[in-house]
Amino acid sequence: MDAIVVEDLHKRYKTVQALDGVSFSVREGEVFGLLGPNGAGKSTTVRVLTTLTRADSGTASVAGEDVAKHPNRVRRAIGYVAQDSGVDWEATGRENLLLQGRIHGMAGPPLRGRVDELLELVGLGDSADRIARTYSGGMKRRLDVAIGLVHKPRVLFLDEPTTGLDPEARAAMWEEVERLAREEHLTILLTTHYLEEADRLAERVAIVSQGRIVVEGSPETLKAGLEGESVSVELRETDGRLAPAVEVVRRAVGARDVLVDGQVVRARVPNGGQAIPVILSALESDGFHVASVTTARPSLDDVYLHYTGRDFTKEDKEGGA
Amino acid sequence: MQTARQTGWMVVRQARNLMREPIWIAMMIIQPMIWLLLYGQLFSKVTSLRAGAGSYVEFLTPGVVCMNAFFGGTWAGMAMINDLDRHVVDRFLAAPASRLAIVLSQVVRAGLTAILQAIVLLLVGLALGVRVHGGALGWLVVLAAAFLLAMVFAGFSNGIALLLRREASMIASANFVSLPLMFLSSILVATALMPGWIRAIARFNPVNWGVLASRNAVVTGGDWGHSSLYLLFLLAAVTATSLFATWCFRSYQRSI
Repeated sequence: MDAIVVEDLHKRYKTVQALDGVSFSVREGEVFGLLGPNGAGKSTTVRVLTTLTRADSGTASVAGEDVAKHPNRVRRAIGYVAQDSGVDWEATGRENLLLQGRIHGMAGPPLRGRVDELLELVGLGDSADRIARTYSGGMKRRLDVAIGLVHKPRVLFLDEPTTGLDPEARAAMWEEVERLAREEHLTILLTTHYLEEADRLAERVAIVSQGRIVVEGSPETLKAGLEGESVSVELRETDGRLAPAVEVVRRAVGARDVLVDGQVVRARVPNGGQAIPVILSALESDGFHVASVTTARPSLDDVYLHYTGRDFTKEDKEGGA
Repeated sequence: MQTARQTGWMVVRQARNLMREPIWIAMMIIQPMIWLLLYGQLFSKVTSLRAGAGSYVEFLTPGVVCMNAFFGGTWAGMAMINDLDRHVVDRFLAAPASRLAIVLSQVVRAGLTAILQAIVLLLVGLALGVRVHGGALGWLVVLAAAFLLAMVFAGFSNGIALLLRREASMIASANFVSLPLMFLSSILVATALMPGWIRAIARFNPVNWGVLASRNAVVTGGDWGHSSLYLLFLLAAVTATSLFATWCFRSYQRSI
């Protein structure tokens, strides 16, 4: 059975079409990633699925229940870790968890036992009785995850779980998500704008862009679907003339997907070995100095570029909240 | 039943968080005393204001209890805005929390604060020579009036908080409502001394219902029929404003 089924969701805020026909489904026990830049519609999708807001049209069901018709049944079955932490800063970690459990109708020793267990699990055992205001960003985030898990949900929504975390805290969060998927057999819907995060955690990924899903599949399939190799050429002393360099590369090898990342021009070509000499001589004859050249298998970056025709990193920086 | 239980736990949360703010506790206790001492002194020489009360302070004490309760109520939405900003509300809404419980917890918390302040005010009043002519029942009526009045405006304030969702707009609207309602009531001046048009408006002002009920209890020490009628009006108003605030969740959830 599918744990999440989404069909043709549309939602419009005053001037923005946030969802423009989103459809996908997530199998039970699967870690599914919604990948896209800021403002693509990932969080709106999650807010519809967690019953926080309603879609203008389309249907969605979570754990077998329709989100619009039986929101309370959905709420009992899901855990939600929002993009913005929902921790009550003035309460302790333990108090935050106890209240959430009580909202879910838990009480007494089973609740206290579950809270102790979770505090240990997310590594907050020693700080359980400190006011959450004094927690670090990573600790607040781990408390958010524990809050989402207190009632043993069947489906867990993680909306940008590692945004704003330092690399160490991010690595810890990744391990926690992997553990949940492996040991608790939770269905997890994860949104992220980190390509590497989706690549590492998700069994299947849907790429979201401008309120639509442009492609869906396992990271491996998506990357394998792109033929050839990715060639990265690092330039020296470009004086900001990167745009013409992109044109030169594009003309030289007829590559469709070319993008710029800092001083690096990246192109996907059918055969790296044949393309590199052509690219190099074209660049040199136009007065560019090449610092280094590398080839690699296509990444999710390339997948994104291929399916949307846009540069992921650049779009992510320009995007809204 | 579940709504009542959730309301209870959410009130516990708010009370506990406030208890961790010593400055808040100090202000909550000191501010009403300042109102009473300031106004009591300011108008003490104007004997005609007190309309049959033993002293102006006796006339004023139930008024200040009510003023304080409804001022506190109008600000109750600030806590909701804080919870919205911190995404605590979203966390509750994605869990099976009753929307009414989320509102009622704010409303009841404002009401309980008003009761505490009313007790402080009555004790200060006693020290200044005020007599509660209604005795124990009189105390009860004053505390009930403070409780209900704070809740009426807390419900309204929480609705506005969910509609506006911004601190500055919230402050502006609280100020816009509170001062006119204060002067359109008999908090400071006996009804008989008001101009006719103000008296006419005051009849529909919930603040005045609370003032009349509690002034009956303190100054007259009787007329329980009128007092309980006013308290019933207030109870109806609490229901109305709390349901209004709960309904305002629709607007909030459409916006997210």
